[in-house]
Amino acid sequence: MALPSDAKKQIIEFCESKAKSKSKFYFNDFTKIFPDAKAREVKKVLTELVNEEIMIFWSSGSTTMYGLKGAGKQTAAEHEA
Amino acid sequence: MAKHKTPMLDKLESGPWPSFVSDIKQEAAARAKNEKGIDYQIPADCPDDLLGVLELSYEEGETHWKHGGIVGVFGYGGGVIGRYCDQPEKFPGVAHFHTMRINQPSGKYYTTKYLRELCAIWELRGSGLTNMHGSTGDIVFLGTTTPQLEEVFYELTHNLNTDLGGSGSNLRTPACCLGQSRCEFACYDTQTACTTLTKDYQDELHRPAFPYKFKFKFDGCPNGCVASIARSDFSVIGTWRDKIRIDHKAVAAYVGGELAPNAGAYAGRDWGKFDIQKEVVDRCPSDCMSWDGKKLTINDKECVRCMHCLNVMPRALRIGNDRGASILCGAKAPILDGAQMASLLIPFIKVQEPFDELKELIEGIWDWWMEEGKNRERLGELMKRQGFQRLLEATGVKADARMVSEPRTNPYIFWKAEDVPGGWERDINEFRKRHLR
Repeated sequence: MALPSDAKKQIIEFCESKAKSKSKFYFNDFTKIFPDAKAREVKKVLTELVNEEIMIFWSSGSTTMYGLKGAGKQTAAEHEA
Repeated sequence: MAKHKTPMLDKLESGPWPSFVSDIKQEAAARAKNEKGIDYQIPADCPDDLLGVLELSYEEGETHWKHGGIVGVFGYGGGVIGRYCDQPEKFPGVAHFHTMRINQPSGKYYTTKYLRELCAIWELRGSGLTNMHGSTGDIVFLGTTTPQLEEVFYELTHNLNTDLGGSGSNLRTPACCLGQSRCEFACYDTQTACTTLTKDYQDELHRPAFPYKFKFKFDGCPNGCVASIARSDFSVIGTWRDKIRIDHKAVAAYVGGELAPNAGAYAGRDWGKFDIQKEVVDRCPSDCMSWDGKKLTINDKECVRCMHCLNVMPRALRIGNDRGASILCGAKAPILDGAQMASLLIPFIKVQEPFDELKELIEGIWDWWMEEGKNRERLGELMKRQGFQRLLEATGVKADARMVSEPRTNPYIFWKAEDVPGGWERDINEFRKRHLR
């Protein structure tokens, strides 16, 4: 089944709803929002959000997570622009 | 004159082996002199500060690195690993010290010109320190600042015709042995397989969507020069399904001492006269060889591809002519659940362009693992948790005795209703006609 047309909005709202406790999310946190969609469809939307600079990748080197740009302590703590 | 005193590191240089400390000191001295007049884009003294922070860590017994972060190049979710020093005032040269992983050429073939160009980029825009190569196989550039990441990426992709490698929850940079380009044991073209899959799976390499890392490795033969059986989730190992080709004249030449065993390796010591019985036949793990004093015989059905006989007498014994590969899944080096070797999934497959059969298998595995895998769970762990049978279902492969490590001692198979004629249901009245109570 294809993703709903407001998939991007749902992803952003999901991240914002968890903002108090979490700023980074595993990929499969997003596939759970769209249980009927294929993982590759969800990945395409996340990639678009990254390309639009709404979301960012966070990587430990071994694991990668997604988060809203500017969310969490990481940005300031890393002395990034 | 060194910037920091490093008495503990200096001791590491006194051992018998080449020391990374000496290498870093050499780079620090070269950057201090700057004979080529390079306009260093990151602090020229970063190798000095690297030594300083390492010495401090040795003194205190704890690290001063903060690992991970949001750094990367635009649109890529891998290839850059953020690293920051938590003592930036003491060691400003390594305050930001990010690692970049670069896709190595298949089989690791380089021209000296290409190597010089790689080094020139890194001398200008990074620490000048490299790791050739990382465990996964990439070219590893150690230490640069955030603004240089895009610059290095531009130069690599536009001038050096390569790309970043994999990191994080991505497909990792595929690796292969040098295969048919130099090796007579190679049963398929490992370099073409590796390059094709690297190109075809660019999205998986750069945009993370897996539960954890995933590695392909391509070994041309069971000698396993890239150790795919031990350290890749999807291991392709060259093999043959006909017979080992025997050149009886060459066997006689080895026995007569005209040809050096092991192609002359280990010849630095006098091992005495070559003894085919002791050194080849008796060392066969499945006892499938015999030597009657004149003729070598191999019971190929029992051969387990240990490669010992072929390695000892490469001119007398050659790989068969019907070649392809075995595919094994689920190996990993330890982080979560200990080291694990791969399990055989496909006993034999022809490995030929355009590699559609391989890709079909890989994508079936990915669909299952992406659906069922827990965060930070490798394929091998999922196979253990849900059972090998689930892997067979995901890939549409039929169970085979060769998949069981000891089928003669443990033939236990979980049958399902659909595998058995009539399933689990039976007509009790019919049964009672034949079996009285």
